[in-house]
Amino acid sequence: MNSSSSSSANRQKSHQFRVLRDRIFLATFVIAVIVGITGLVALLLDVLIDGIPFLNWSFLSSYASRKPLESGILAPLAGTVWVVSLTAMMTIPIGVSTAIYLEEFAGKNRINRLIELNIANLAGVPSVIYGLLGLAVFVQFLFSGSRNVTAGALTMTLLILPIVVIASQEAIKAVPSSYRDAAYAMGANKWQVVKSIVLPQALPGMMSGIILALSRAIGESAPILIISSLVWVTFVPTTPDSKFTVLPLQIFTWVSQPQHDFRGIAAAGIIVLLVVLLSMNALAIWIRNKYQLRPDQ
Amino acid sequence: MRIIKHPILILSIFLILLSCVISGCAGSDSDSSGKSNEILIDGSSTVFPISQAVAEEFRKGREEVQIPVGISGTGGGFKRFVNGETDVSNASRRIKASEKELAVQNGVSFTEFVVSYDGLSVVINKSNDFADCLTTQELKMIWEPGSQISNWNQVRSNFPDKPLRLYGPDTDSGTFDYFTAEINGEEDASRSDYTASSDDNVLVQGVSGDQGAMGYFGYAYFVENASLLKVLSVDDGAGCVEPSIETINDGSYMPLSREMYIYVNDSSMERPEVRDFIEFYMNNAGELAEEVGYVGLSEADYQSQLNRLK
Repeated sequence: MNSSSSSSANRQKSHQFRVLRDRIFLATFVIAVIVGITGLVALLLDVLIDGIPFLNWSFLSSYASRKPLESGILAPLAGTVWVVSLTAMMTIPIGVSTAIYLEEFAGKNRINRLIELNIANLAGVPSVIYGLLGLAVFVQFLFSGSRNVTAGALTMTLLILPIVVIASQEAIKAVPSSYRDAAYAMGANKWQVVKSIVLPQALPGMMSGIILALSRAIGESAPILIISSLVWVTFVPTTPDSKFTVLPLQIFTWVSQPQHDFRGIAAAGIIVLLVVLLSMNALAIWIRNKYQLRPDQ
Repeated sequence: MRIIKHPILILSIFLILLSCVISGCAGSDSDSSGKSNEILIDGSSTVFPISQAVAEEFRKGREEVQIPVGISGTGGGFKRFVNGETDVSNASRRIKASEKELAVQNGVSFTEFVVSYDGLSVVINKSNDFADCLTTQELKMIWEPGSQISNWNQVRSNFPDKPLRLYGPDTDSGTFDYFTAEINGEEDASRSDYTASSDDNVLVQGVSGDQGAMGYFGYAYFVENASLLKVLSVDDGAGCVEPSIETINDGSYMPLSREMYIYVNDSSMERPEVRDFIEFYMNNAGELAEEVGYVGLSEADYQSQLNRLK
């Protein structure tokens, strides 16, 4: 009797302890979330408060100027859209194909492991290095000195390709092998399995990786500073051979000007950059949701 | 198959269309392909605001001339310039002998123009009421490599016991090169335990928020933030001189005022629009330089440089 009551008291105690531990962890996580979110909200509010007064149609439709109030963002906005579009068109097919090859076709031998290891390492190379590489290979060699928007996009492609490959590989890995087995059992060959079973299943995951990678390409200024170096451009690129500038570079230049109003203009530029980024993300989510719901589910 | 192909196709088409909309796919009015109407400028980010201002004014009424301006830095700009890649190079220092040699090798001849002055300003916190003027020796004592000075009373014995914290441009900056050469006697020789930033606005914030602070940067950044900062006079043996448009312009703010240059490729200069641009530059640089925070030369100095062209 005595011993049983003490053991139940012990049980009670250990239960209380577990509950307490639970709460401590919950509190830690909530605090972590709050810290992250407040930081982000503070940053966004700061940018919005500084930038919104400067945000109007003439800001979007005119070129940069030495006078902050007459400055606009048209050239870098068009440049960014050009670079990102060209980058997406080159990165998506190459990146997805590489991932399919590595996951579905390549054997698990030493060479392929070496390739995968190198791709993972490339994802961590600082972007300036890609800028220098792009200058040497694309600008000097491929386009004989022309610092055009295609050279910028090719450099960005190199920069984000590893991220796209790794994300696509992970998405492909997440497709249950029983799906593949079932398809093989139905007599499908390897390519049929890949195109009708693996790819549709992996698509949402791939899209997330692609969008993250393209978002990085939008935000990079260092490689473009090396490739283009231009920060005052009074035309929009009309051909893939046009000179260009991009949003982060323009924002960077505005922030470092002595005149106070340029900080407001820079904040307005950041808002435009965020809107471009968010609309791209929204598009990707829309595509993902549209194709995630397939008739067989 | 359809399922896979579509999203990527849609994404691509959307992006192409978007780029078309923004860049005006059908019949663009701004033709950037007309290479003959382009004056390409690259080089120092310090000289950038002046060249941008001149180019902006020059293009009013002749929009067909495109004048893209880059910020590769003085050295990076010269690298392109001596290859004949650019028409005009912005520079916050004179061209080096090694760069000149490369230009000769590549058959590039050029003309140098001084476009404005900048006075590097030594600034302290607004609340600092004891320091007004420092000698160049005192500045050297503070900034030289290995300097142990960390308190204002080590600078001058009648200064109060107050920690001295230093703010300055990072080592990539031309301002850093110039300051170390003039004050410490050797380019790039500086103590390294100071708060360094490539963004002068960060230095402005640092000095304005720290009571014991001292920092240095271009005159434009002091002028724009004069309400937040106090500027020190500098005594180079001839008495204390405070940086101002007058003292920088007449050369009495020594040794910290420096010249800003543009270098023009001579064969580009044979093109009428480049020649017009340079003439416009010399006729308007004085006024426009002051608008963006630099100090113009005297009218006669601009004219004598123009006369060399004739």
